[in-house]
Amino acid sequence: MIEPVGDAAIVIRFGSEIEYRTHRKVQMLSNYLTQNSFNGFIECIPSYTGVTVFYDPLLVEKSHAYKAGQIFSPYKIVRSIIEDLLANLKGEEAEAHRIVEIPVCYGGECGPDLEFVAKQNNLTTDEVISLHSGGEYLVYMLGFAPGFPFLGGMSEKIATPRRSTPRTSIPAGSVGIAGKQTGVYPISTPGGWQLIGQTPLRLFLSEKEPPSLLQAGDVVKFYPISYKDFLEWKEESK
Amino acid sequence: MTITTLRSGLLTTIQDLGRYGYQKYGVIVSGAMDSYSLRIANLLVGNSEGEAALEITLMGPTLLFEKDMLIAITGGDLSPTIEGASVPLWRPVFVKKGSKLQFGLQKSGCRAYLAVAGGFAVNEIMKSKSTYLRAEIGGYQGRAIQEGDILEVNSMSEGAFSQIEKLKNKQNKRPFQPANWSVRWNEFLPLIKNPNIRVLPGAQYEKFTSHSKEQFFIQSFRVSPQSDRMGYRLSGPAIELEEKLEMLSEAVAHGTIQIPPDGNPIILLADRQTTGGYPKIGQVATVDLPVVAQVMPGQSISFTEITLEDAERLYLEKEKNLKQLAVSITYKLKQ
Repeated sequence: MIEPVGDAAIVIRFGSEIEYRTHRKVQMLSNYLTQNSFNGFIECIPSYTGVTVFYDPLLVEKSHAYKAGQIFSPYKIVRSIIEDLLANLKGEEAEAHRIVEIPVCYGGECGPDLEFVAKQNNLTTDEVISLHSGGEYLVYMLGFAPGFPFLGGMSEKIATPRRSTPRTSIPAGSVGIAGKQTGVYPISTPGGWQLIGQTPLRLFLSEKEPPSLLQAGDVVKFYPISYKDFLEWKEESK
Repeated sequence: MTITTLRSGLLTTIQDLGRYGYQKYGVIVSGAMDSYSLRIANLLVGNSEGEAALEITLMGPTLLFEKDMLIAITGGDLSPTIEGASVPLWRPVFVKKGSKLQFGLQKSGCRAYLAVAGGFAVNEIMKSKSTYLRAEIGGYQGRAIQEGDILEVNSMSEGAFSQIEKLKNKQNKRPFQPANWSVRWNEFLPLIKNPNIRVLPGAQYEKFTSHSKEQFFIQSFRVSPQSDRMGYRLSGPAIELEEKLEMLSEAVAHGTIQIPPDGNPIILLADRQTTGGYPKIGQVATVDLPVVAQVMPGQSISFTEITLEDAERLYLEKEKNLKQLAVSITYKLKQ
Protein backbone atom coordinates (compact mmCIF):
# COMPACT_ATOMS: atom_id res chain seq x y z
CA MET A 1 0.00 0.00 0.00
CA ILE A 2 1.38 3.38 -1.03
CA GLU A 3 0.02 6.72 0.17
CA PRO A 4 1.11 10.36 0.55
CA VAL A 5 2.39 11.79 3.85
CA GLY A 6 1.56 15.41 3.16
CA ASP A 7 3.11 17.03 0.08
CA ALA A 8 6.76 16.05 0.53
CA ALA A 9 6.80 12.40 1.65
CA ILE A 10 5.31 9.05 0.74
CA VAL A 11 4.87 5.86 2.74
CA ILE A 12 5.07 2.32 1.38
CA ARG A 13 3.55 -0.28 3.72
CA PHE A 14 4.20 -4.01 3.37
CA GLY A 15 2.01 -5.25 6.20
CA SER A 16 0.45 -4.28 9.52
CA GLU A 17 2.12 -6.63 12.02
CA ILE A 18 5.66 -7.17 13.24
CA GLU A 19 6.72 -10.00 10.96
CA TYR A 20 10.07 -11.13 9.64
CA ARG A 21 8.86 -11.27 6.03
CA THR A 22 7.53 -7.73 6.20
CA HIS A 23 10.78 -6.60 7.80
CA ARG A 24 12.80 -8.11 4.91
CA LYS A 25 10.77 -6.17 2.35
CA VAL A 26 11.18 -2.97 4.36
CA GLN A 27 14.93 -3.53 4.49
CA MET A 28 15.22 -4.35 0.83
CA LEU A 29 13.42 -1.18 -0.26
CA SER A 30 15.16 1.16 2.16
CA ASN A 31 18.61 -0.25 1.35
CA TYR A 32 17.92 0.01 -2.35
CA LEU A 33 16.70 3.61 -2.10
CA THR A 34 19.66 4.65 0.00
CA GLN A 35 22.10 3.25 -2.56
CA ASN A 36 20.22 4.21 -5.73
CA SER A 37 18.40 7.39 -4.86
CA PHE A 38 16.31 9.20 -7.48
CA ASN A 39 16.54 12.93 -8.25
CA GLY A 40 14.91 14.81 -5.38
CA PHE A 41 15.25 11.92 -2.89
CA ILE A 42 16.15 13.27 0.56
CA GLU A 43 16.12 10.23 2.85
CA CYS A 44 13.99 7.34 4.01
CA ILE A 45 13.01 5.95 7.40
CA PRO A 46 12.33 2.22 7.71
CA SER A 47 9.86 1.17 10.40
CA TYR A 48 8.30 -2.13 11.53
CA THR A 49 5.94 -2.37 8.57
CA GLY A 50 6.91 0.24 6.00
CA VAL A 51 9.29 2.78 4.53
CA THR A 52 8.64 6.53 4.57
CA VAL A 53 10.45 8.37 1.79
CA PHE A 54 11.10 12.11 2.03
CA TYR A 55 11.64 14.06 -1.18
CA ASP A 56 12.04 17.61 -2.46
CA PRO A 57 8.95 18.26 -4.62
CA LEU A 58 10.71 20.98 -6.63
CA LEU A 59 13.66 18.78 -7.59
CA VAL A 60 11.33 15.89 -8.37
CA GLU A 61 9.20 18.06 -10.64
CA LYS A 62 12.23 19.59 -12.36
CA SER A 63 14.00 16.35 -13.15
CA HIS A 64 11.09 14.07 -13.97
CA ALA A 65 8.06 16.03 -15.19
CA TYR A 66 8.84 16.16 -18.86
CA LYS A 67 10.31 12.71 -19.13
CA ALA A 68 7.27 11.23 -17.45
CA GLY A 69 4.86 12.80 -19.92
CA GLN A 70 1.73 14.37 -18.53
CA ILE A 71 2.40 13.88 -14.84
CA PHE A 72 3.08 17.13 -13.03
CA SER A 73 2.33 16.13 -9.46
CA PRO A 74 5.59 15.41 -7.60
CA TYR A 75 3.74 12.82 -5.51
CA LYS A 76 2.53 10.97 -8.60
CA ILE A 77 6.02 11.06 -10.08
CA VAL A 78 7.62 9.62 -6.93
CA ARG A 79 4.86 7.06 -6.66
CA SER A 80 5.48 5.83 -10.18
CA ILE A 81 9.24 5.66 -9.54
CA ILE A 82 8.61 3.55 -6.43
CA GLU A 83 6.14 1.28 -8.22
CA ASP A 84 8.66 0.58 -10.99
CA LEU A 85 11.26 -0.08 -8.39
CA LEU A 86 9.10 -2.52 -6.43
CA ALA A 87 8.37 -4.47 -9.59
CA ASN A 88 12.09 -4.92 -10.18
CA LEU A 89 13.05 -5.57 -6.57
CA LYS A 90 10.98 -8.74 -6.34
CA GLY A 91 13.60 -11.21 -7.42
CA GLU A 92 16.38 -9.66 -5.39
CA GLU A 93 18.34 -11.83 -2.96
CA ALA A 94 18.18 -10.91 0.70
CA GLU A 95 21.67 -10.06 1.89
CA ALA A 96 23.15 -11.59 5.04
CA HIS A 97 22.49 -9.95 8.39
CA ARG A 98 25.30 -8.18 10.14
CA ILE A 99 25.78 -9.60 13.63
CA VAL A 100 26.73 -7.08 16.33
CA GLU A 101 27.88 -8.42 19.68
CA ILE A 102 27.31 -6.14 22.63
CA PRO A 103 29.10 -6.74 25.97
CA VAL A 104 26.92 -6.15 29.01
CA CYS A 105 27.80 -5.90 32.68
CA TYR A 106 24.63 -7.29 34.29
CA GLY A 107 23.35 -6.35 37.76
CA GLY A 108 24.92 -4.32 40.54
CA GLU A 109 25.44 -0.64 39.85
CA CYS A 110 25.10 -1.30 36.13
CA GLY A 111 21.72 -3.00 36.39
CA PRO A 112 19.83 -1.80 39.48
CA ASP A 113 16.59 -3.57 38.46
CA LEU A 114 18.05 -7.02 37.70
CA GLU A 115 16.83 -8.50 41.00
CA PHE A 116 13.36 -7.04 40.51
CA VAL A 117 13.15 -8.60 37.03
CA ALA A 118 14.25 -11.96 38.50
CA LYS A 119 11.73 -11.79 41.35
CA GLN A 120 8.88 -10.78 39.02
CA ASN A 121 9.49 -13.85 36.88
CA ASN A 122 10.40 -16.34 39.67
CA LEU A 123 13.90 -16.74 38.35
CA THR A 124 17.39 -16.30 39.77
CA THR A 125 19.43 -13.33 38.52
CA ASP A 126 21.74 -15.79 36.75
CA GLU A 127 18.78 -17.27 34.90
CA VAL A 128 17.70 -13.79 33.77
CA ILE A 129 21.23 -13.07 32.53
CA SER A 130 21.44 -16.36 30.65
CA LEU A 131 18.01 -15.88 29.04
CA HIS A 132 18.77 -12.28 28.06
CA SER A 133 22.26 -12.97 26.74
CA GLY A 134 21.17 -16.23 25.10
CA GLY A 135 18.81 -14.53 22.70
CA GLU A 136 19.25 -13.16 19.21
CA TYR A 137 17.61 -9.84 18.60
CA LEU A 138 16.65 -8.30 15.30
CA VAL A 139 16.91 -4.51 14.94
CA TYR A 140 13.57 -3.58 13.34
CA MET A 141 14.07 0.16 13.40
CA LEU A 142 15.85 3.03 15.16
CA GLY A 143 14.04 5.94 16.72
CA PHE A 144 13.04 7.65 19.98
CA ALA A 145 16.63 8.81 20.55
CA PRO A 146 19.69 8.78 18.25
CA GLY A 147 20.85 5.20 17.79
CA PHE A 148 18.07 3.69 19.96
CA PRO A 149 17.20 0.22 18.57
CA PHE A 150 13.71 -1.30 18.54
CA LEU A 151 14.64 -4.96 19.08
CA GLY A 152 12.52 -8.01 18.51
CA GLY A 153 12.98 -11.49 19.92
CA MET A 154 13.24 -11.26 23.71
CA SER A 155 12.17 -14.31 25.72
CA GLU A 156 8.76 -13.75 27.33
CA LYS A 157 10.09 -15.51 30.44
CA ILE A 158 11.81 -12.27 31.43
CA ALA A 159 9.13 -9.80 30.33
CA THR A 160 8.60 -7.18 33.06
CA PRO A 161 6.37 -4.09 33.20
CA ARG A 162 7.92 -0.61 33.16
CA ARG A 163 8.77 1.07 36.47
CA SER A 164 5.81 2.88 37.98
CA THR A 165 7.95 6.01 38.39
CA PRO A 166 10.38 6.68 35.55
CA ARG A 167 13.96 7.64 36.39
CA THR A 168 14.84 11.24 35.57
CA SER A 169 18.19 10.23 34.14
CA ILE A 170 19.41 6.91 32.79
CA PRO A 171 23.12 6.60 31.98
CA ALA A 172 24.11 6.06 28.34
CA GLY A 173 24.65 2.37 27.56
CA SER A 174 21.97 1.12 29.96
CA VAL A 175 20.27 -2.11 28.88
CA GLY A 176 16.62 -2.25 29.82
CA ILE A 177 13.41 -4.25 29.65
CA ALA A 178 9.91 -2.84 29.14
CA GLY A 179 7.17 -5.43 28.80
CA LYS A 180 8.27 -7.81 26.05
CA GLN A 181 10.83 -5.37 24.68
CA THR A 182 14.50 -4.96 25.39
CA GLY A 183 16.81 -2.18 24.25
CA VAL A 184 19.85 -0.05 24.95
CA TYR A 185 19.80 3.67 25.74
CA PRO A 186 22.51 5.24 23.49
CA ILE A 187 22.45 8.64 25.21
CA SER A 188 21.51 9.66 28.71
CA THR A 189 17.76 10.36 28.89
CA PRO A 190 14.87 10.04 31.33
CA GLY A 191 13.06 6.71 31.06
CA GLY A 192 10.95 4.05 32.74
CA TRP A 193 12.53 0.79 31.59
CA GLN A 194 13.81 -1.81 34.07
CA LEU A 195 17.59 -1.55 33.93
CA ILE A 196 19.33 -4.93 34.03
CA GLY A 197 22.81 -3.98 32.85
CA GLN A 198 25.05 -1.55 31.05
CA THR A 199 27.35 -1.78 28.03
CA PRO A 200 30.67 0.07 27.81
CA LEU A 201 30.18 0.32 24.02
CA ARG A 202 29.19 3.67 22.57
CA LEU A 203 26.07 3.15 20.47
CA PHE A 204 25.99 6.68 19.10
CA LEU A 205 28.95 8.83 18.05
CA SER A 206 27.97 11.98 16.18
CA GLU A 207 31.42 12.28 14.55
CA LYS A 208 31.31 8.79 13.00
CA GLU A 209 29.81 7.90 9.63
CA PRO A 210 27.30 6.36 10.13
CA PRO A 211 26.88 7.81 13.62
CA SER A 212 24.94 4.83 14.94
CA LEU A 213 26.58 1.49 15.81
CA LEU A 214 23.37 -0.36 14.95
CA GLN A 215 21.31 -0.26 11.80
CA ALA A 216 17.89 -1.64 11.00
CA GLY A 217 18.34 -5.24 9.84
CA ASP A 218 21.27 -6.00 12.16
CA VAL A 219 21.18 -8.94 14.57
CA VAL A 220 22.25 -8.14 18.13
CA LYS A 221 23.74 -10.61 20.59
CA PHE A 222 24.47 -9.63 24.18
CA TYR A 223 27.22 -11.30 26.23
CA PRO A 224 28.01 -10.88 29.92
CA ILE A 225 31.24 -9.23 31.13
CA SER A 226 32.52 -8.56 34.65
CA TYR A 227 32.33 -5.18 36.38
CA LYS A 228 36.14 -4.98 36.20
CA ASP A 229 36.12 -5.53 32.44
CA PHE A 230 33.30 -3.03 32.11
CA LEU A 231 35.31 -0.31 33.87
CA GLU A 232 38.48 -1.02 31.88
CA TRP A 233 36.59 -1.07 28.60
CA LYS A 234 34.86 2.17 29.45
CA GLU A 235 38.16 3.82 30.31
CA GLU A 236 39.65 2.71 26.97
CA SER A 237 36.74 3.92 24.86
CA LYS A 238 36.86 7.42 26.36
CA MET B 1 36.35 38.26 18.17
CA THR B 2 33.28 39.21 16.18
CA ILE B 3 30.00 39.09 18.11
CA THR B 4 29.84 38.89 21.91
CA THR B 5 26.67 37.86 23.70
CA LEU B 6 25.98 40.32 26.53
CA ARG B 7 22.62 38.82 27.52
CA SER B 8 21.23 35.47 26.48
CA GLY B 9 17.51 36.03 25.84
CA LEU B 10 14.94 33.25 26.18
CA LEU B 11 16.10 30.71 23.59
CA THR B 12 18.55 31.66 20.88
CA THR B 13 20.08 28.84 18.85
CA ILE B 14 22.11 28.46 15.68
CA GLN B 15 19.99 26.77 13.00
CA ASP B 16 20.24 26.05 9.29
CA LEU B 17 17.81 24.11 7.09
CA GLY B 18 18.23 20.94 9.13
CA ARG B 19 20.13 17.70 9.43
CA TYR B 20 18.94 15.31 6.75
CA GLY B 21 20.05 11.79 5.96
CA TYR B 22 20.31 10.51 9.53
CA GLN B 23 16.69 10.01 10.55
CA LYS B 24 17.02 6.28 9.92
CA TYR B 25 19.50 6.28 12.82
CA GLY B 26 17.05 8.11 15.08
CA VAL B 27 18.72 11.49 14.59
CA ILE B 28 16.17 14.30 14.54
CA VAL B 29 16.22 16.89 11.76
CA SER B 30 16.26 20.15 13.81
CA GLY B 31 16.75 23.28 11.65
CA ALA B 32 14.86 26.56 11.50
CA MET B 33 11.23 26.45 12.60
CA ASP B 34 10.43 29.13 9.99
CA SER B 35 12.56 28.18 7.01
CA TYR B 36 11.33 31.00 4.73
CA SER B 37 12.56 33.65 7.16
CA LEU B 38 15.91 31.90 7.58
CA ARG B 39 16.42 31.56 3.83
CA ILE B 40 15.51 35.18 3.11
CA ALA B 41 17.69 36.51 5.95
CA ASN B 42 20.65 34.67 4.43
CA LEU B 43 19.96 35.89 0.90
CA LEU B 44 19.82 39.49 2.17
CA VAL B 45 23.39 39.31 3.44
CA GLY B 46 24.79 37.51 0.40
CA ASN B 47 24.95 34.04 1.99
CA SER B 48 23.70 30.84 0.44
CA GLU B 49 20.11 30.44 1.60
CA GLY B 50 20.81 27.45 3.84
CA GLU B 51 23.62 29.05 5.85
CA ALA B 52 23.40 28.95 9.65
CA ALA B 53 21.73 31.93 11.34
CA LEU B 54 20.44 32.73 14.81
CA GLU B 55 16.89 31.68 15.61
CA ILE B 56 15.65 34.05 18.31
CA THR B 57 12.56 33.12 20.32
CA LEU B 58 10.24 35.74 21.90
CA MET B 59 12.78 37.48 24.16
CA GLY B 60 15.89 38.28 22.17
CA PRO B 61 19.51 38.46 23.26
CA THR B 62 21.80 41.49 23.47
CA LEU B 63 24.71 41.26 21.06
CA LEU B 64 27.82 43.42 20.76
CA PHE B 65 29.35 43.70 17.28
CA GLU B 66 33.12 43.87 17.52
CA LYS B 67 33.60 44.38 13.79
CA ASP B 68 31.84 46.22 10.96
CA MET B 69 29.20 43.81 9.69
CA LEU B 70 26.28 43.30 7.33
CA ILE B 71 23.24 41.73 8.99
CA ALA B 72 19.57 41.08 8.20
CA ILE B 73 16.74 40.36 10.62
CA THR B 74 13.60 38.61 9.36
CA GLY B 75 10.66 36.66 10.80
CA GLY B 76 8.62 37.95 13.70
CA ASP B 77 9.01 41.54 14.91
CA LEU B 78 10.73 41.29 18.28
CA SER B 79 11.56 45.04 18.26
CA PRO B 80 15.27 44.99 17.49
CA THR B 81 17.15 48.20 18.25
CA ILE B 82 20.77 49.23 17.78
CA GLU B 83 21.92 51.82 20.32
CA GLY B 84 18.27 52.68 20.94
CA ALA B 85 17.17 53.21 17.33
CA SER B 86 14.87 50.62 15.84
CA VAL B 87 16.29 48.36 13.12
CA PRO B 88 14.10 47.77 10.07
CA LEU B 89 13.43 44.12 9.22
CA TRP B 90 13.73 42.21 5.92
CA ARG B 91 16.61 44.24 4.48
CA PRO B 92 20.42 44.36 4.67
CA VAL B 93 21.72 46.55 7.50
CA PHE B 94 25.27 47.76 7.89
CA VAL B 95 26.31 47.70 11.57
CA LYS B 96 29.27 49.69 12.78
CA LYS B 97 31.93 48.10 14.96
CA GLY B 98 31.21 48.60 18.68
CA SER B 99 27.40 48.81 18.30
CA LYS B 100 24.98 46.94 20.51
CA LEU B 101 21.89 45.13 19.20
CA GLN B 102 19.02 44.57 21.61
CA PHE B 103 15.55 43.11 21.30
CA GLY B 104 12.46 44.42 23.07
CA LEU B 105 8.76 43.66 23.04
CA GLN B 106 7.27 41.02 20.81
CA LYS B 107 5.07 42.86 18.28
CA SER B 108 4.27 40.11 15.81
CA GLY B 109 5.31 36.51 15.27
CA CYS B 110 7.24 34.36 17.69
CA ARG B 111 10.71 33.91 16.19
CA ALA B 112 13.16 36.27 14.52
CA TYR B 113 16.13 35.21 12.38
CA LEU B 114 19.42 37.07 12.40
CA ALA B 115 21.82 36.33 9.56
CA VAL B 116 25.30 37.83 9.28
CA ALA B 117 27.27 38.15 6.06
CA GLY B 118 29.57 35.11 5.87
CA GLY B 119 27.55 33.04 8.34
CA PHE B 120 28.51 31.81 11.79
CA ALA B 121 31.75 29.87 11.97
CA VAL B 122 30.61 26.66 13.64
CA ASN B 123 31.43 23.10 12.61
CA GLU B 124 29.09 20.96 10.59
CA ILE B 125 28.09 17.83 12.44
CA MET B 126 26.41 15.21 10.28
CA LYS B 127 26.25 17.72 7.41
CA SER B 128 24.43 20.43 9.36
CA LYS B 129 25.19 23.37 11.66
CA SER B 130 21.83 23.12 13.42
CA THR B 131 21.72 22.84 17.19
CA TYR B 132 20.30 19.50 18.40
CA LEU B 133 19.61 20.46 22.00
CA ARG B 134 18.81 17.05 23.47
CA ALA B 135 21.85 15.26 22.06
CA GLU B 136 23.96 18.40 22.71
CA ILE B 137 25.50 18.49 19.25
CA GLY B 138 25.78 21.03 16.45
CA GLY B 139 25.43 24.81 16.55
CA TYR B 140 27.32 26.56 19.33
CA GLN B 141 28.62 23.73 21.56
CA GLY B 142 25.32 21.91 21.13
CA ARG B 143 23.40 24.39 23.24
CA ALA B 144 21.52 27.69 23.24
CA ILE B 145 23.55 30.91 23.21
CA GLN B 146 24.50 32.13 26.69
CA GLU B 147 25.88 35.31 28.15
CA GLY B 148 29.59 35.63 27.38
CA ASP B 149 29.54 33.45 24.24
CA ILE B 150 31.70 34.73 21.41
CA LEU B 151 30.34 34.02 17.95
CA GLU B 152 32.89 33.94 15.16
CA VAL B 153 31.83 34.84 11.62
CA ASN B 154 33.19 33.50 8.31
CA SER B 155 34.41 35.79 5.53
CA MET B 156 31.63 37.35 3.50
CA SER B 157 30.70 37.14 -0.18
CA GLU B 158 31.56 39.78 -2.77
CA GLY B 159 27.96 40.98 -2.91
CA ALA B 160 27.88 41.53 0.84
CA PHE B 161 31.20 43.34 0.67
CA SER B 162 30.07 45.80 -1.99
CA GLN B 163 26.81 46.38 -0.10
CA ILE B 164 28.78 47.20 3.07
CA GLU B 165 30.97 49.66 1.19
CA LYS B 166 27.92 51.35 -0.27
CA LEU B 167 26.03 51.63 3.03
CA LYS B 168 29.16 52.76 4.86
CA ASN B 169 29.43 55.77 2.55
CA LYS B 170 25.85 56.78 3.27
CA GLN B 171 26.20 56.21 6.97
CA ASN B 172 27.03 59.61 8.44
CA LYS B 173 27.98 58.84 12.09
CA ARG B 174 24.98 56.61 12.91
CA PRO B 175 25.74 53.21 14.46
CA PHE B 176 23.96 51.47 11.59
CA GLN B 177 22.68 52.07 8.07
CA PRO B 178 19.85 50.05 6.50
CA ALA B 179 19.51 49.58 2.75
CA ASN B 180 16.77 51.66 1.14
CA TRP B 181 15.06 48.55 -0.26
CA SER B 182 13.47 45.52 1.37
CA VAL B 183 11.74 42.22 0.63
CA ARG B 184 7.96 42.01 0.24
CA TRP B 185 7.86 39.37 2.95
CA ASN B 186 4.07 39.18 3.11
CA GLU B 187 4.10 36.96 0.03
CA PHE B 188 6.04 34.34 1.94
CA LEU B 189 4.97 34.73 5.55
CA PRO B 190 1.54 36.07 6.46
CA LEU B 191 2.16 37.11 10.07
CA ILE B 192 -1.44 37.13 11.21
CA LYS B 193 -2.82 36.34 14.62
CA ASN B 194 -4.87 33.15 14.86
CA PRO B 195 -4.06 31.93 11.34
CA ASN B 196 -5.88 29.30 9.37
CA ILE B 197 -3.55 26.42 8.54
CA ARG B 198 -3.99 24.19 5.51
CA VAL B 199 -3.92 20.49 6.28
CA LEU B 200 -3.88 17.24 4.29
CA PRO B 201 -5.58 14.20 5.78
CA GLY B 202 -3.23 12.01 7.82
CA ALA B 203 -2.74 8.25 7.65
CA GLN B 204 -5.40 7.50 10.31
CA TYR B 205 -7.82 10.30 9.36
CA GLU B 206 -10.63 7.83 8.64
CA LYS B 207 -10.27 6.23 12.09
CA PHE B 208 -11.63 9.30 13.91
CA THR B 209 -15.32 9.80 14.66
CA SER B 210 -17.17 11.84 12.06
CA HIS B 211 -17.99 14.38 14.77
CA SER B 212 -14.30 14.78 15.61
CA LYS B 213 -13.35 15.12 11.95
CA GLU B 214 -15.93 17.89 11.62
CA GLN B 215 -14.84 19.65 14.80
CA PHE B 216 -11.22 19.51 13.72
CA PHE B 217 -11.98 21.75 10.73
CA ILE B 218 -14.65 23.95 12.37
CA GLN B 219 -13.28 24.82 15.78
CA SER B 220 -10.15 26.71 16.63
CA PHE B 221 -7.41 25.39 18.90
CA ARG B 222 -5.34 27.24 21.46
CA VAL B 223 -1.58 26.83 21.37
CA SER B 224 -0.57 25.79 24.89
CA PRO B 225 2.38 27.29 26.78
CA GLN B 226 4.01 23.81 26.79
CA SER B 227 4.70 24.20 23.08
CA ASP B 228 8.29 24.22 21.92
CA ARG B 229 10.56 23.42 18.98
CA MET B 230 9.59 19.77 19.23
CA GLY B 231 5.89 20.38 18.83
CA TYR B 232 2.91 22.64 19.40
CA ARG B 233 0.40 21.25 21.87
CA LEU B 234 -3.12 22.38 21.13
CA SER B 235 -6.27 22.47 23.21
CA GLY B 236 -9.83 22.64 21.95
CA PRO B 237 -12.56 20.09 21.38
CA ALA B 238 -11.27 16.59 22.24
CA ILE B 239 -10.58 14.63 19.05
CA GLU B 240 -11.71 11.03 19.43
CA LEU B 241 -11.17 7.76 17.61
CA GLU B 242 -14.03 5.48 16.56
CA GLU B 243 -12.35 2.75 18.57
CA LYS B 244 -9.09 2.31 20.42
CA LEU B 245 -6.20 1.80 18.02
CA GLU B 246 -3.07 -0.22 18.76
CA MET B 247 -0.41 1.22 16.51
CA LEU B 248 3.16 0.35 15.74
CA SER B 249 5.63 3.22 15.66
CA GLU B 250 6.34 4.61 12.23
CA ALA B 251 8.00 7.67 10.71
CA VAL B 252 6.51 11.11 11.33
CA ALA B 253 7.19 14.28 9.35
CA HIS B 254 7.51 18.02 9.93
CA GLY B 255 3.92 19.17 10.41
CA THR B 256 2.41 15.78 11.29
CA ILE B 257 -0.62 16.31 13.56
CA GLN B 258 -0.96 13.42 15.97
CA ILE B 259 -3.66 12.80 18.54
CA PRO B 260 -2.52 11.30 21.86
CA PRO B 261 -5.10 9.55 24.10
CA ASP B 262 -6.18 12.82 25.78
CA GLY B 263 -7.59 14.02 22.43
CA ASN B 264 -5.47 17.20 22.26
CA PRO B 265 -3.65 17.52 18.93
CA ILE B 266 0.13 17.94 18.75
CA ILE B 267 1.73 19.45 15.64
CA LEU B 268 5.22 18.00 15.30
CA LEU B 269 7.82 20.61 14.38
CA ALA B 270 11.57 21.03 13.77
CA ASP B 271 12.83 19.04 16.79
CA ARG B 272 10.29 16.21 16.44
CA GLN B 273 11.25 12.61 17.12
CA THR B 274 11.83 10.60 13.98
CA THR B 275 9.10 8.04 14.73
CA GLY B 276 5.85 8.08 16.65
CA GLY B 277 3.03 5.76 17.61
CA TYR B 278 0.00 8.04 17.98
CA PRO B 279 -2.68 8.19 15.29
CA LYS B 280 -2.19 10.98 12.77
CA ILE B 281 -5.22 13.03 11.82
CA GLY B 282 -3.46 15.39 9.45
CA GLN B 283 -0.35 16.81 7.90
CA VAL B 284 0.29 20.57 7.59
CA ALA B 285 0.93 21.70 4.00
CA THR B 286 4.66 22.50 3.69
CA VAL B 287 3.97 26.13 2.67
CA ASP B 288 2.18 26.74 5.99
CA LEU B 289 4.87 25.31 8.30
CA PRO B 290 6.59 28.70 8.72
CA VAL B 291 3.22 30.25 9.55
CA VAL B 292 2.68 27.70 12.33
CA ALA B 293 6.18 28.40 13.67
CA GLN B 294 5.31 32.08 14.11
CA VAL B 295 2.19 31.46 16.22
CA MET B 296 2.76 32.46 19.84
CA PRO B 297 1.67 30.22 22.70
CA GLY B 298 -1.69 31.53 23.87
CA GLN B 299 -2.86 32.34 20.35
CA SER B 300 -5.21 30.14 18.39
CA ILE B 301 -5.07 28.36 15.08
CA SER B 302 -7.70 26.70 12.96
CA PHE B 303 -7.44 24.17 10.15
CA THR B 304 -8.78 23.96 6.58
CA GLU B 305 -8.52 20.92 4.40
CA ILE B 306 -6.42 21.23 1.25
CA THR B 307 -5.99 18.75 -1.58
CA LEU B 308 -2.61 17.25 -2.35
CA GLU B 309 -2.64 18.88 -5.80
CA ASP B 310 -3.22 22.34 -4.31
CA ALA B 311 -0.59 21.86 -1.62
CA GLU B 312 1.93 20.80 -4.26
CA ARG B 313 1.05 23.71 -6.56
CA LEU B 314 1.38 26.26 -3.74
CA TYR B 315 4.72 24.76 -2.72
CA LEU B 316 6.15 24.83 -6.25
CA GLU B 317 4.92 28.41 -6.79
CA LYS B 318 6.56 29.61 -3.59
CA GLU B 319 9.82 27.90 -4.39
CA LYS B 320 9.89 29.50 -7.82
CA ASN B 321 9.14 32.91 -6.27
CA LEU B 322 11.98 32.37 -3.83
CA LYS B 323 14.36 31.53 -6.65
CA GLN B 324 13.38 34.78 -8.36
CA LEU B 325 13.76 36.69 -5.13
CA ALA B 326 17.26 35.25 -4.74
CA VAL B 327 18.21 36.50 -8.21
CA SER B 328 16.91 40.02 -7.58
CA ILE B 329 18.59 40.24 -4.17
CA THR B 330 21.93 39.16 -5.64
CA TYR B 331 21.56 41.88 -8.26
CA LYS B 332 20.56 44.51 -5.66
CA LEU B 333 23.49 43.69 -3.39
CA LYS B 334 26.04 44.26 -6.14
CA GLN B 335 24.37 47.39 -7.53
